[in-house]
Amino acid sequence: MCLAMPVRVTELIPGELARVDIDGVSREVSVALIDAPEVGDYLILHVGYAIGRLDAAEAERTLALMRELAAGGEA
Amino acid sequence: MKFVDEFRDGKLAREIAAQIGAIARPDREYRLMEFCGGHTHAIARYGLTGLLPANIRLIHGPGCPVCVLPIGRIDGAIRLALEHQVILACYGDTLRVPASGGMTLFKARAAGADVRMVYSVADALALARDNPAREVVFFAIGFETTTPPTALALKAAKAEQLGNFSVYCNHVLTPPAMRHLLAGGDVQLDGFIGPSHVSTVIGSAPYEAVARDYAKPVVIAGFEPLDVLQSVAMLIEAINAGRSDVGNQFSRAVSREGNARAQAVVADTLVLRERFDWRGLGAVPASALAISPAYAEYDAERRFGLTDTRVPDHKACECGAILRGQKTPEQCKVFAIACTPDTPLGACMVSSEGACAAHYHYGRFTRNPT
Ligand code: SF4
Repeated sequence: MCLAMPVRVTELIPGELARVDIDGVSREVSVALIDAPEVGDYLILHVGYAIGRLDAAEAERTLALMRELAAGGEA
Repeated sequence: MKFVDEFRDGKLAREIAAQIGAIARPDREYRLMEFCGGHTHAIARYGLTGLLPANIRLIHGPGCPVCVLPIGRIDGAIRLALEHQVILACYGDTLRVPASGGMTLFKARAAGADVRMVYSVADALALARDNPAREVVFFAIGFETTTPPTALALKAAKAEQLGNFSVYCNHVLTPPAMRHLLAGGDVQLDGFIGPSHVSTVIGSAPYEAVARDYAKPVVIAGFEPLDVLQSVAMLIEAINAGRSDVGNQFSRAVSREGNARAQAVVADTLVLRERFDWRGLGAVPASALAISPAYAEYDAERRFGLTDTRVPDHKACECGAILRGQKTPEQCKVFAIACTPDTPLGACMVSSEGACAAHYHYGRFTRNPT
């Protein structure tokens, strides 16, 4: 039950809700735990609530570090 | 899926694993505990132990909320449903967890109890609104990830004066459990693969004292296979260098401070319990949350006068030793014989994040003769 997944906000709905895209499926979820959510944000969805935000630039940085590590660099 | 597929690249995984083999010292063992059931599941599903050198041991920790729920608390939920005749709203994973006398919520339902599976606590609130003549209790379980939604539900219930709604609160906390494992001294560990989503909420700061006090490094790790492998590499480097700090591999979602908004709703509605019984770990001080006095009217324990009973686990079940990292599922005599996902004897076999269920489903990739 701890499995959570990344979703993309497609529409903000009054009442601290949002419509999100989950791998092609659209769903209404709560964004009450997110500061200033915006359309286009990637959020981590867990039991119907977004609990955090994903940062695309940090994700890229992590992938770059992984490639470096794979090539024999530091972790 | 963005943020998922790129972290599952098999070729990169094998290359990173090879590098881990190069930095791990052959003359020692590295015992790393993945605290979280989400990691247990990912490690089993992607066969990650098979990619790593044999002297890196991944030990399943107690971070599966269903697995650590003691029998007495499940008995309490069953009593609410059968004796108090409430509508019991619960997450699906809790339905098959064995309670006293072979009872489960699933069997209670067959015996006439009104047990409803919900995906979210918002669904439990909706049940209360739709059934004003019935008592609706939400069976709240989980670590710091499911806690903020429960807290929001308490706020909503109070704002709406939803008099027929209450929460049976069983939320537990990660850092005190880590501390308890290390303080026991009977679990030999060199470092922790730290939870990703829990840390999204609480941040990386709460692990700093644990890492420092017990001189064990913690690396907060994402749930995808490349995340786990990179985190293992970071831990090996820290251990080799004699460092015991907190690393953050899951920086795409975790900050040092965590989600302040989520922390605030939890602080508003819930308070620390003095102690809480964990299946497998026993009583752990200051490791769980109860409903704060300001929300007492929404506390199912008070409303229905539930008292805590201590019930020993099934005699054959080794969940306790497994959750402490002392045994592997294969070392349980009834594993895959009397205890299977269809007929679980212990909680570790119930949820797909439980160590025994993960081994059962993906065993052919991970079985090793330890
Ligand atoms: S196999 Fe079943 S009985 Fe054995 S430790 Fe796992 S859950 Fe418990």
